[in-house]
Amino acid sequence: MSEQATSITRNRTVGLLSRLRESRVFQGLALISPANTYLFLFIVLPLLMIVVLSFLSRGAYGNVEFRFNPSNYARLLDPVYARILMYSLAVGFGTTVITILIGYPLAYFIARSPARQRSMLLFLILVPFWTNFVIRIYAWIMILRGGGLLDSLLQGLGITQEPLGILYTPTAVMIGMVYEFLPFMVLPLYTSLEKIENSLLEAAADLGAPPWRAFLRVTLPLSVPGMIAGTILVFIPAMGMFVLPDLMGGAKTLLIGNVIRNQFLTARDWPFGAAASMVLMIMTLVLTLFYTRKAGFSEELLV
Amino acid sequence: MSEKRLPLWLRVYGVAAYAYIYVPIIILMVFSFNTMKLNIRWEGFTFRWYGVLFNDQQVILATRNTLMIAVVSTIVATLVGTMAALALHRYRFPGYGASETMMYIPIVIPEVIMGISLLVLFVMLNFTLGLFTITLAHIAFNIPFVALVVRARLHGYDNSIDEAAMDLGADELTTFRRVTLPTIMPGVLSGAMLAFTLSLDDYVITYFTAGPGSTTLPLRVFSMVRFMVTPEVNALSTIWVLTVFLVLLAGQFAQNRRA
Amino acid sequence: MKLRVLIAVFMPVVLLVAACAPSGGGAKSTELNLYAWSEYVPQQLLDDFTAQHGIKVNYDTYSSNEEMLAKLQAGASGYDLVIPSDYMVVAMLKLGLLDPLDMSKIPNFGNVDPQFTNQYYDPGNKYTVPYMWGTTAMAYNKTNVPFEPKSWADLWDPAFANKLVLLDDSREVPGMALQVLGFDKNSTNPDELEQAKQKLIELKPNILLFNSDDPETPLITGEAWAGLVYNGNAALGYAEDPNIAYICPTEGCGLWFDNLAMPKGAPHPDAAMAFINHVLEPEESVLITAEFPYSNPNAAALEYLKTNDAEAYAAYMGYAATNPPADFLKAAVPVKDVAEATTLYDQLWTDFKGE
Repeated sequence: MSEQATSITRNRTVGLLSRLRESRVFQGLALISPANTYLFLFIVLPLLMIVVLSFLSRGAYGNVEFRFNPSNYARLLDPVYARILMYSLAVGFGTTVITILIGYPLAYFIARSPARQRSMLLFLILVPFWTNFVIRIYAWIMILRGGGLLDSLLQGLGITQEPLGILYTPTAVMIGMVYEFLPFMVLPLYTSLEKIENSLLEAAADLGAPPWRAFLRVTLPLSVPGMIAGTILVFIPAMGMFVLPDLMGGAKTLLIGNVIRNQFLTARDWPFGAAASMVLMIMTLVLTLFYTRKAGFSEELLV
Repeated sequence: MSEKRLPLWLRVYGVAAYAYIYVPIIILMVFSFNTMKLNIRWEGFTFRWYGVLFNDQQVILATRNTLMIAVVSTIVATLVGTMAALALHRYRFPGYGASETMMYIPIVIPEVIMGISLLVLFVMLNFTLGLFTITLAHIAFNIPFVALVVRARLHGYDNSIDEAAMDLGADELTTFRRVTLPTIMPGVLSGAMLAFTLSLDDYVITYFTAGPGSTTLPLRVFSMVRFMVTPEVNALSTIWVLTVFLVLLAGQFAQNRRA
Repeated sequence: MKLRVLIAVFMPVVLLVAACAPSGGGAKSTELNLYAWSEYVPQQLLDDFTAQHGIKVNYDTYSSNEEMLAKLQAGASGYDLVIPSDYMVVAMLKLGLLDPLDMSKIPNFGNVDPQFTNQYYDPGNKYTVPYMWGTTAMAYNKTNVPFEPKSWADLWDPAFANKLVLLDDSREVPGMALQVLGFDKNSTNPDELEQAKQKLIELKPNILLFNSDDPETPLITGEAWAGLVYNGNAALGYAEDPNIAYICPTEGCGLWFDNLAMPKGAPHPDAAMAFINHVLEPEESVLITAEFPYSNPNAAALEYLKTNDAEAYAAYMGYAATNPPADFLKAAVPVKDVAEATTLYDQLWTDFKGE
């Protein structure tokens, strides 16, 4: 090959590379591919095994037999599972709504604090959650227990005479859930609220909008993405949560998380557990995508 | 948002909210000094449990393991997750929808399923179960959490600012470092803190991906409370919280000195 | 340029992966990977073993038989010893998850009380050696109960409304209902299970909570008055409040045995045998009894305790939770693996709780 030809090839290669580097498709792919590769390898691939598993059979001693068995899905049609699912959805929904109500003003407070204090305040929200999950629950149990710290306080102040009996009721579960999930709502809300320019609010004020109106028309709409992210981070894990409801609610009802866990850790029916998980996952995934699209979370491709 | 004096109601609310978050923690800390072994009610003051804790080899080992896993998985997940958030925000590419959907799977997947399926995968790949496999698993569930928070921050971010910087002659790296990064930093920081918190506290997935000698604090604490909840676990949490506070205070102090 | 960032980002990951890549396990027995119930093996016993044999022990824990099984079932776990309960031994043997023990290396096996060897789950003790045993029965706090319950059926009395604590266990609780109805605790008859479910639904107004971790706590605080608990819980409660009684109700109660066993393909079998033998030494075995209030199957250890610590021995022998009397034991029935019928119990439990 002549020297000239080599150089032409090289130039062509360089040209191609630089064009490739400037191509937005290539840039996008380069940025997304680490996450895609990683998640494909460690999430999608194992999940495919679960899909296969959900069509197999339970052996007599809890082993998995390679015998095609679609009845795992049929079993889920039993109305008891629909009831359990509804109850789980209610727990997730309640937790989400209350964390928004409590978390929004808190995130707003942090976002409007002096810039130098913000990361400190944010850290302070999270530090309690660096202790252990179970230990925090036990602290709440100590507070809410009949004759516990809350009862002692209220009786000491003469507000009540009898124990309130909150522990082991759905109220106790809600108190614990809201506490556990609050940071997952506050953090994304804060990240959206923090970027709202004060000039926008000032402009609204200059145009004669009272503060509440400025809030409703400017701040609230601009914080929607944070609320969506927070809803996803709270609703889905809260719906699947079972350790906290078991400890604080007395384990008297089952949540969908219990049902799935029981298949792997008591009934040893892996195929049925896999089927229940698949149904739950597909449902929540569809719901999440629908919700984010509907709320315009994805329609942000400005270019 | 810029600095402006906060209205009184907001300040009162802020204080009340922090009190709500800290009351259980303070109670937990107080009960680390309880003499009662079952730790049901207050019986008397003692430092005994701190002595027990400092001699508990298992807890010390577990603390080291937990921190290593949390730090490594947070760093990797923050990098990968932030890149993914940028990609999903700014670019269109083949497989966009699939990539976006894949991002939600680790959030919607039940923990037990993720734990067991990863365990089976690691066994098939012939990986020795241990710190390495736990870290791989933690990165996997942390990536989407970071990406989601960073995306919420990026939402509405005007890409023309970047283009303007480049038109003015800045190369891409400079643009990223000087323009994009500072803007998304609060999101990246929040995402990283969430990832760290999730990693520190994970039980189910860690349980299934752990091997001999790789016990983490949640595994250790779960097993401690199975038998009885002694004040030793409270002592552990107390030290943990106080350490973080000291680090925060030192950081704040240094920042104030510089200012 | 993004490419450079990419490389910069990924180099550390690649390096990390390379650095941490799994190395083949060089099987020198200077290590023992023990996989056991949490809070079940005293640190002193482990330290003694390391001092005497020069073998370091990695003690990892699980909190239910099924958790342990799930992990071993998935494949190579790297553990040398596990402590499965009776019914779990049956399942593990059927699934081929255990290797036989080399009894020639366990001379201390003779220390075990013969009434605890040669059990139904491992005839001839080829695979297992007893570690601890115990019962599941009724505990109640004498200061609170409206009357002293004698049978499980008494718990259905409206006087116990919202005052019961039960183990969160899909076999023990239906087992109790089966016993109340006069059926076998391990019944696989769907009709009997259906009746048991209806019986349990009737009990719902009396149940304050299900708790398998620390059911003694609500009994001590007075939130609950009576319940179905493990002997260990009753003993812990008794230590705190001597009014907590532990009885085997007239219909019968539960019985369990935990055993040392070696998973298939254990990397350090010689260390595992040495450890089993070590556990059976009387002066080591009493360490377990001193720390954890279960029943000890080691006759030589109890003899040792009698001569060396008369007070501890008297306490051990004096309470039904650690030393159940003969008639207590006669009425105690172990939960057995019911093979396919496990699904029936799960369905019963789901229907009962999801009702």
